[in-house]
Amino acid sequence: MRKTLIIGATSAIAQATARLVAEAGDAMYLVARNESRLMAIADDLKIRGASAVHTGVLDVLDYDRHTAVIGGAIKALNGLDLVLIAHGTLPDQKACEQSIDLTRTEFEINALSTISMLTSLANYFEEKQQGTIAVISSVAGDRGRKSNYVYGSAKGAVTVFLQGLRNRLQKSGVHVLTIKPGFVDTPMTSGFKKNLLWAKPEDIAESILHSINSKKDVTYTPWFWCYVMYILKRIPERIFKKLGL
Amino acid sequence: MTDNRYQCWGRYPRVRQEVRKLYWRDEPVPMEAIGDSAFLPFGNGRSYGDVCLNEGGTLLDCRQLDRFIQFDPDTGILRCEAGVLLSEILHLTIPNGWFLPVTPGTQFVTIGGAIASDVHGKNHHAAGTFGCHVRRFELLRSDGARLICSPEDNAGLFGATIGGLGLTGVVTWAEIQLHRINNPYIDQEIIRYKNLDEFFALARESDQTFEHTVAWVDCLAKGKQLGRGLFMRGNYAKHVEGKTPKPSTMRLTFPIDPPFTLINGLTLKLFNSLYYRKQWSDRAKGLVHYEPFFYPLDRIYAWNRVYGSKGFFQYQCVVPTDQMEESIREILKRIGSSGVGSFLAVLKLFGDKSSPGLLSFPMPGATLALDFPNQGEKTLRLLDQLDEVILQAGGRIYPSKDARMRPEVFQNGYPDWKSMEAYMDSHISSSFWRRVTEQL
Repeated sequence: MRKTLIIGATSAIAQATARLVAEAGDAMYLVARNESRLMAIADDLKIRGASAVHTGVLDVLDYDRHTAVIGGAIKALNGLDLVLIAHGTLPDQKACEQSIDLTRTEFEINALSTISMLTSLANYFEEKQQGTIAVISSVAGDRGRKSNYVYGSAKGAVTVFLQGLRNRLQKSGVHVLTIKPGFVDTPMTSGFKKNLLWAKPEDIAESILHSINSKKDVTYTPWFWCYVMYILKRIPERIFKKLGL
Repeated sequence: MTDNRYQCWGRYPRVRQEVRKLYWRDEPVPMEAIGDSAFLPFGNGRSYGDVCLNEGGTLLDCRQLDRFIQFDPDTGILRCEAGVLLSEILHLTIPNGWFLPVTPGTQFVTIGGAIASDVHGKNHHAAGTFGCHVRRFELLRSDGARLICSPEDNAGLFGATIGGLGLTGVVTWAEIQLHRINNPYIDQEIIRYKNLDEFFALARESDQTFEHTVAWVDCLAKGKQLGRGLFMRGNYAKHVEGKTPKPSTMRLTFPIDPPFTLINGLTLKLFNSLYYRKQWSDRAKGLVHYEPFFYPLDRIYAWNRVYGSKGFFQYQCVVPTDQMEESIREILKRIGSSGVGSFLAVLKLFGDKSSPGLLSFPMPGATLALDFPNQGEKTLRLLDQLDEVILQAGGRIYPSKDARMRPEVFQNGYPDWKSMEAYMDSHISSSFWRRVTEQL
């Protein structure tokens, strides 16, 4: 029986992934900010087959509690095999351009809080010599664009941090997975007009589970984003800067 | 924002509407975003006509409310959020020996939708409607009030919400009583019958001893053969031994969106005469999995595309017992002479178990369901002619399958419709409701 910790459990992608994990019979520890929604998910996952569901309430900006919450999860589940870090926000780019405070808060939520948790989780898994760390980054982190470079640079920081972590934990046999979703129809993106490029959280969840099981390093999801980003990353900067994407 | 992916199953009419989503059962209705326009709760869009549309207003998509809350495998009482699909319930409960108390012909409806339409199934004569098995639900009103409704508490709203077409508020969660089964199989018998008289005799006899009964009617047959078809009856299997039938894992999606309907005179004739002869003998008995028995069409996703981009009309009526033999005969005659055939014609007797629903569709009598490709005026004229028969017999039309009945047909069929207004949420409306409550 796998022991799974999910940070940001009320996010749509995390919820969809948690259902697949629950149906496999995992013992789970869920962490999120909103207690009543966390309980709604916990009840659902128990009914869907999770062998145990524990919960912890945490605002990820509360750095001082990170180690305690992770320690609590390790204690409650008697160890950890898999952790999924899924929390995040989609910053209002225009508002960030006018406010360094807002930019810093968004960067803390989307990058620093993740890095903080990864720091203590990495040490735990390194010592344990096995396990999987899966983190939701974004295709937005592959290249900065004027429409969302605060979000993009935060996700870019996470992506590079994970590259280094993978490099370090490789010899300990710990699997580090970077998940880069494209456009996903979730509450976070409810303000956007949807078209054929938009994926459902359930589809992203399937691909996350597949990537965990097949020990992939980096996964673009849906798959076609790897080709989109391959091209986008290769456009010379002197042309890219004029595209206004 | 507007989103034209939100359609009704019959793909007629097509309307413009804003869409907002509800993600959590503790969320209020987003009245600020909705503004002054009326909104309408929306489930999975399997209603055929405009009961799930709100032209010029807002749809409140509740499909995301899809969490289970409580399930007791000993008593079969299930509580879940209103956006959970019946298919998801079955997936959870069948391994524990529980089936839906009542199921419509598709498992891809939400439980909120099943309540709002007060759906019925092949077991209506034995179990009544879906609403008969709802123990309680929470109703969220636009003013933020949350009311627990049951036969004891807020009983008026409970009855107005069952079959209430979403007009009384948002059902956030519901609790239902499931039905005990021993296995996922049905002991099925299919009997070929030669005419309407044989149907009525078979139905009366079978409803005494079979939980599920329904007939497929060859609606192109005329004269002495009028109403001929296949009568299907079944019971939940008690014990199964040895080899059991496997559910088909084949899942097809109707792949194209043809500009015109593929259901025409030729394909209809071919299908009807072949289907009537689908079995060699007049009687065929066997054990079948519940999926092909209850949900034959669910195996083809988006089968509604077969009717082309103009969409199609479903027509389901009920006529009371004392008039039913004549009326059904007259309806089949009118369809036969119109030359507008129906691909799927389904005939069943309803029982006398009454629903708590104020606007519930079933009544003791015979119900006939048909679908017709949308051929514009020609189709509408035929359906109006069928309505005349229904009106005269004191019957009515099923709102969740309708996209065209005239206000007088609705108002005569549902004499209680005025008392519905007292329970309606003042910020909720639908294209259907505005259409059928127009002043006469």
